Amino acid sequence: MCSGRIDLEFILRAFFNGQDGVFIVGCRLNECNYVTHGNYHALNVALLGKRILEYIGLNPERLNIQFMSAGDGILFAEHMNAFDSKVKELGPLGLGEGIDREELKYKIKDIERLIPYIKIAKREKLGGRLTKNEDYEGLFTKDEVEELFRDVPSYYIDPEKCQACMMCFRRCPAGAIVGGKNRIHVIDQDKCIKCGTCLEVCPPRFSAVTKLAGEPVPPPIPEEKRVIARKGKKE
Amino acid sequence: MERAEGEAGNFKITLLKKPRYIKEDMCTGCGTCMEYCPVQYPDPFNQEISQNKAVHIYFAQAIPLISYIDESCLYLKEKKCRICEAVCQNNAVDLEQQPERVEINVGAVLLSPGYEPFNPAIKGDYGYGKYANVVTSLDFERLLCATGPYEGEILRASDQKHPHKLAWIQCVGSRRVTPGDNSYCSAVCCTYTQKQVILTKDHDADAECTIFHNDIRSYGKDFEPYYQRTADLPGIRFIRSYTTVVREIPETKNLVVRYATADEGVKEDEFDMVVLSVGLNPPADAEALAERFGINLNSHGFCQGDPFNLMETSKPGIFVSGAFQGPMDIPESVFSASGAGAQCGQFLDYRRGKLTTERVYPEEKDVSAEEPRIGVFVCHCGANIGRIVDVPSTVEYALTLPHVVYAQEQLFSCATNSAQEITDMVKEKNLNRVVVAACSPRTLEPLFRDTLREAGINQYFYEMANIREHDSWVHAKEPEEATRKAKDIIRMAVARCALLEPLQEIDLPVNKAALVVGAGIGGMTCALSIANQGHEVHLVEKDRDLGGMARRIYTTLEGMDVQAFLKDLIRQVYEHPLIHVYTDAIIREATGYIGNFITRITSDRGETEIKHGATVIAIGADEYKPTEYLYGEDERVMTHLELEGRIAKEDEKVLNSQCLVMIQCVGCRNEDRNYCSRVCCSQAVKNALKLKDINPDMDIYILFRDMRTYGLREDYYREASNKDVKFIRWEPEDKPKIAAVTSEGKPVLRVTVTDPILGEELVIDADVVSLAAAIIPPQDNEDIAQFFKVSLGPDRFFKEAHVKLRPVEFSAEGVYLCGTAHYPKHISETINQAYGAAGRALTLLSNEIVTASGSVCEVDEHKCMGCGACIDACTYGAIEFRNTKQGKKAVVNPVICKGDGLCNAKCPTGAIRLKHFTDEEIVCQIDAAILEEETPAQFHMAVGDV
Repeated sequence: MCSGRIDLEFILRAFFNGQDGVFIVGCRLNECNYVTHGNYHALNVALLGKRILEYIGLNPERLNIQFMSAGDGILFAEHMNAFDSKVKELGPLGLGEGIDREELKYKIKDIERLIPYIKIAKREKLGGRLTKNEDYEGLFTKDEVEELFRDVPSYYIDPEKCQACMMCFRRCPAGAIVGGKNRIHVIDQDKCIKCGTCLEVCPPRFSAVTKLAGEPVPPPIPEEKRVIARKGKKE
Repeated sequence: MERAEGEAGNFKITLLKKPRYIKEDMCTGCGTCMEYCPVQYPDPFNQEISQNKAVHIYFAQAIPLISYIDESCLYLKEKKCRICEAVCQNNAVDLEQQPERVEINVGAVLLSPGYEPFNPAIKGDYGYGKYANVVTSLDFERLLCATGPYEGEILRASDQKHPHKLAWIQCVGSRRVTPGDNSYCSAVCCTYTQKQVILTKDHDADAECTIFHNDIRSYGKDFEPYYQRTADLPGIRFIRSYTTVVREIPETKNLVVRYATADEGVKEDEFDMVVLSVGLNPPADAEALAERFGINLNSHGFCQGDPFNLMETSKPGIFVSGAFQGPMDIPESVFSASGAGAQCGQFLDYRRGKLTTERVYPEEKDVSAEEPRIGVFVCHCGANIGRIVDVPSTVEYALTLPHVVYAQEQLFSCATNSAQEITDMVKEKNLNRVVVAACSPRTLEPLFRDTLREAGINQYFYEMANIREHDSWVHAKEPEEATRKAKDIIRMAVARCALLEPLQEIDLPVNKAALVVGAGIGGMTCALSIANQGHEVHLVEKDRDLGGMARRIYTTLEGMDVQAFLKDLIRQVYEHPLIHVYTDAIIREATGYIGNFITRITSDRGETEIKHGATVIAIGADEYKPTEYLYGEDERVMTHLELEGRIAKEDEKVLNSQCLVMIQCVGCRNEDRNYCSRVCCSQAVKNALKLKDINPDMDIYILFRDMRTYGLREDYYREASNKDVKFIRWEPEDKPKIAAVTSEGKPVLRVTVTDPILGEELVIDADVVSLAAAIIPPQDNEDIAQFFKVSLGPDRFFKEAHVKLRPVEFSAEGVYLCGTAHYPKHISETINQAYGAAGRALTLLSNEIVTASGSVCEVDEHKCMGCGACIDACTYGAIEFRNTKQGKKAVVNPVICKGDGLCNAKCPTGAIRLKHFTDEEIVCQIDAAILEEETPAQFHMAVGDV
């Protein structure tokens, strides 16, 4: 396992659990013993994580990433001690920032649900390789993250158009589509990971799936109205 | 080594094993003895700058990682003390140990005695030994190191202050004919100095560093950009000058260095510290070693190898690797080590495997239907953990954790009897998972996994809690907190352990044949070595004839006949029953992976599908076709290779020239090709010496930037200079100019160059101009790289797995590299590397199976949305799309997967998972990091079901 294995989920999970700070350590940059250089990926995740903390209203300095070798014991101690004082200075999670803990937990959980969407939207930057320290802060900006969460799309299946062809039902990677043969498909918005697969696979002749941005998703049609009556098969 | 008797195939070696005064099988390296030892003496590993104890471990990475007792021990000297004996809880100290004579029978001998750093104290060069702040580069290396005398702080011996202004003096003990010095170039100092400068700047960004140097010899792979990176740092000066340390300033202990520059004359400058870049001497006991083994040394005291095959000594069955061949850098040492290994293998092939016995493990128990039953073993590590952490209370605590059915403490979990105890308890208590709370998994995880296998449990049902490095060692002053932390770590380990899945390592059959791409000297040498060890080799060559670039080389600098060597090599290849040669060959397709490649080629034999277990890429390199200096416009301008050909063919026009000019660095060490072609300086000297031999009156000029006749080649540079070959240095911003003119009625090539010593323009009317045309990456490199899923470096040469440590293999397993396809190099270096590649290939081919880790990635197809994020993240090409009814789905080839898990972190849907480090396994550890009672109540209540 490489530091590039670190998932945004791990970081958010720790804060969700109430940890006051998260410290990530990877190998020294450019000194990968393989061809992987995954520590750059860890750096990207950490930089994004910091902006997300800021978005939530937490101090981004609660998340820290450093790079060092196994021989850098003294450096490690220095960074750990500095981080420890920093976190102490910031105070307990949420309290230091004046956010109610309950609210904080809901906020983090909301973001956690969007991780698939974040990974898709920021795929390129998350896999990139920053060469200059000066570029770190600019990789993800405050505005960018705000925009990211403002523009969260939703997918909606128009019950008028859906022919219950099962395409999206079968292909949805999250199993978020409710329906079946001759039953109009409905997206379970709680399970939906916003990947857009349903939109992609819905046959163009139906075009039943739409992507909604910034508008509320219409309520699902009632269970009893979901059965499609096929021609010639009328009861 | 006392004696060597016998002959190739049957040597009897007598060794005298000095007492360690420690029983190797009992010592666990816990370090308690070192702590209590009252004797302090200068630490040899840290250049005697700091102190160590009489009982100590030689250095932090020593293998085995156990202590030994030095002759400074009070008991050994005066029969006093014996404290170490009393404190060792494992009774590993044995102060009565005696030297032991050991006789071993071997078929071949490999000599790797390394080198001895040049010692400037002998002659007191530059005040070393007299002035406190003059250090050698090796002293400085230790100062820079985190495990060094001041734990990574660079301090001056005189006042323990950080030096701010430092000077390095190059070529100390090297490139000099004065008695006590070495006439050769030590080959590594230019670049190690640059490394030290970069590290110094890392320590102190404002440090001022001055390097007094002769030629800068950045001839190695990636060295040229490294040199530029160093030179571009702020506060760095490279000054080309000879220097002396004139005096020490009594008050400050600073040093005054005097040097001369071409434009400013003699100057003096004051430094806080002076580092002497010392060279490499032959190993101290080289003569005695040579005598005992009956091998010859060369005039410098290094091993006299076969001129083409430097790994072969003058005595059959005795091989040599590393700097005992002559000064060399790490990659070359590694090539020659693998290569010499291959030659031993070749030599002893008929006995391969005769002494091995297979290890048999009990059958693995299927526990998939059982609830987790975890056993926790908490190690005291002597006093290492036990003195700080309250071990009994952690054992008690472990028993309260979910799924833990058994827990106990152990004095040393790694001791043989403790491992047996774990095996026994697994059986007795019917455990199906084990946590050992001890030290770093880095050292001992393999041992404990093995312990589980011995107990019939899947080895992946094991988790290690590191309560030593992560706990007792760093919290020695806070025992209560350390105990609490140990409990946290154990709780997290137990949580993960309960979720672990049994994983199977994959055994793949290995096809015993090899494919060698390219039949130059490298490819042929490699093919022969593999074939000589009983493996079929398919040797494919794109040309009609074998030999590659060597067909155009006639002699080596040392005067060996390359054509005769090549002819013999080609004959051996064709005569070898196991080598199949394909010429006019083109690779059409290559698929498969380690142990099981399939390559389709078309060649003189028509279309062939080759199945092979290993692939060696030896496609060589090309010669740059110059566009400068009238090349191609005037037939009197040629490349060094062309000149060599014309000398060999006794071309009168060349041999009868009155004046011949060579221009170095044509087509490289520039923006387009930012690397040094490594061989051209020696090539120029070689041609010049040859011409001087034939026509001593010829005026020969070599216009160079830095003469890079590194290593023992330096002697030939000196010889050329003594034979009146004129060497004139030019700067890249003021290149030599050339024009075809008529002078005194005779057509000449007029070369003008600025002589830096005279500071004026020099006009040379030459009959022939020869250009050191760069060696450029082979034309087909992109295709070959794609076929075999290997990569190219920034200079477009093939990129090895690791520049220093794995220079003959690719990160794609089962694919190896040798010759100039890797980087320009001399014939003897290519041969070192070719045997090296054969050696690496053999370690694969000599096995029936290859085992791939169980901790690899796999895809849940239903969850895969076919976005390809995982494919982009994987640097090994282990993931591909396959088409299914439900669209494109990612699929992992577990054999190629290295288990880094980058794909797992990128996958939006959680479809791809790294086994043994799954999201669930990691998240549960993150959850377990926080104790229920530590979570504020309000926080816990906040979100009901999450």
